[in-house]
Amino acid sequence: MNLASPSPAALGQPALVASGIAHEFRDRNGRTVRALDGIDVALQRGDFFSVIGPSGCGKSTLMEILAGLVAPTEGRLEFEGVPVAGRVPDGIGVVFQEDASFPWLTVADNVAFGLRRARVAPDEIARRVDYALRFMGLRDFAKHHPAQLSGGMRQRVCIARTLVQQPRLILMDEPFAALDQQTRLVMGDELLRLWRETGATVVLITHSLDEAAMLSDRIGVMSGRPGRFIETLDTGHPRDRDSRILGDPRCAELTAAMWAHLRDSSLHAIEAANA
Amino acid sequence: MNAVAWTRVAVIVGFVALIEALCRFGAIKPFTLIAPSAMAVSLVALLQKPDVRADLLFTGVNVAITVAISVAGGFAAGVLLHRFARARRVVSPLLAASYAVPMFVFYPVMIVLFGLGRWSLIAIGVMLGIVGMIVNTIDGLDRVPRVYTKTAAMQRMSPLATTLLVVLPAATPHLVTGVKLAVTYSITGVIAGEFILSVAGLGRAIALAYNNLDNAAMYGLLLVLLIATTAINVAIHAWESRMHRIWGQA
Repeated sequence: MNLASPSPAALGQPALVASGIAHEFRDRNGRTVRALDGIDVALQRGDFFSVIGPSGCGKSTLMEILAGLVAPTEGRLEFEGVPVAGRVPDGIGVVFQEDASFPWLTVADNVAFGLRRARVAPDEIARRVDYALRFMGLRDFAKHHPAQLSGGMRQRVCIARTLVQQPRLILMDEPFAALDQQTRLVMGDELLRLWRETGATVVLITHSLDEAAMLSDRIGVMSGRPGRFIETLDTGHPRDRDSRILGDPRCAELTAAMWAHLRDSSLHAIEAANA
Repeated sequence: MNAVAWTRVAVIVGFVALIEALCRFGAIKPFTLIAPSAMAVSLVALLQKPDVRADLLFTGVNVAITVAISVAGGFAAGVLLHRFARARRVVSPLLAASYAVPMFVFYPVMIVLFGLGRWSLIAIGVMLGIVGMIVNTIDGLDRVPRVYTKTAAMQRMSPLATTLLVVLPAATPHLVTGVKLAVTYSITGVIAGEFILSVAGLGRAIALAYNNLDNAAMYGLLLVLLIATTAINVAIHAWESRMHRIWGQA
């Protein structure tokens, strides 16, 4: 078995369409803050799309909107042709930046949590959990509690919990932020393998230019607040790729192109933080 | 047990042995304190008496009812105060100040309200025991990471399922701490109430023995109380430690 969701024939069909997305919220002083403005994005099934931008540009807010956890103030969002109006549609899985493993459950029970909620047959749960644990290198830790694992292993538990539900759209908010560089590269390879196996659409929010350049089909570069896409870069990478592509001159070009857009915004963000 | 625990046991055993020796060699007079071995003999003899067993049952039932009301009431109040921010802002300073108030001054009021029986003791025990449960329930719910509720939302769980399967388990270590405080203060409230004025109970039996200069009975009853409260606290502490270890909060 594998963790595949859409059939290969479904690749290339519309998956997620966001048009004119804007979002405002009130800060502690009651002032209205415009976090996102005029976000347009159209993803097809099987796309690997990364979002990169300066701190505080609204990347995580965008992810929560795409997941259906937050309703945008303006704009329209569709997942597989069905409007997403501030509710979580079926077929979307999220891996959050923070450790979201439940400490009172074992690793296996964490991974099975969503499947049990969905009343999947016990045999099927056991099969999928076993496969996901092996896939994520956690099989020997099935009966451990998260407190007994490293931060990276806990994040793999969260990824496994998302994958066993076979989402057609996987949203990842800096899932490797807590990991060292070598582990990030290894996990990036795992993510690419998973993406190829499942045929799922992936949206990856990241701070890392290298990560975006290595993993993505397309990269959306966001401006500072209010966040909007100021550039979308096509990487032109083959689907069958891994972290060794970092040695390709194309990755250096992409990184330079992203930095050209982000440098001023990042300097502004630092100046604003020091003001 | 680790080295620290063994050291702790050794200190206690050494202290008891010292008291035993001081009593046996006359350094401490029996009128002041009887030897620990004599306390144990007295304890065994007391437990044979029907009136002492009735006092133990009376106190045990009082403590059980007090703990049940303190835990259930404190949990319900904590959930409501967590839910309604304005009520919380009103009540929080009162909760913070409550331990500074000597609650036993209200005991005469409880006797006027509930009479000289079980319910005035339970009322004073609940007044002491409920606060820790309320505070720890609020604290536990405050500390549930938002990412857990977002994860529940991604599983499209109802508010009730989210509460039962995610929020409450996440808050469990703090709830257990609340239970521990509720039990400790409930026992204190009930026993002390019995000691001051009561028609029955372990506290009253200790006070009677004290007034009658019956040191054997008094120390035997104190030993019963000491063993019971230590056993309860050790059990709850072990439960609390296990929760914190699993939750990664040790």
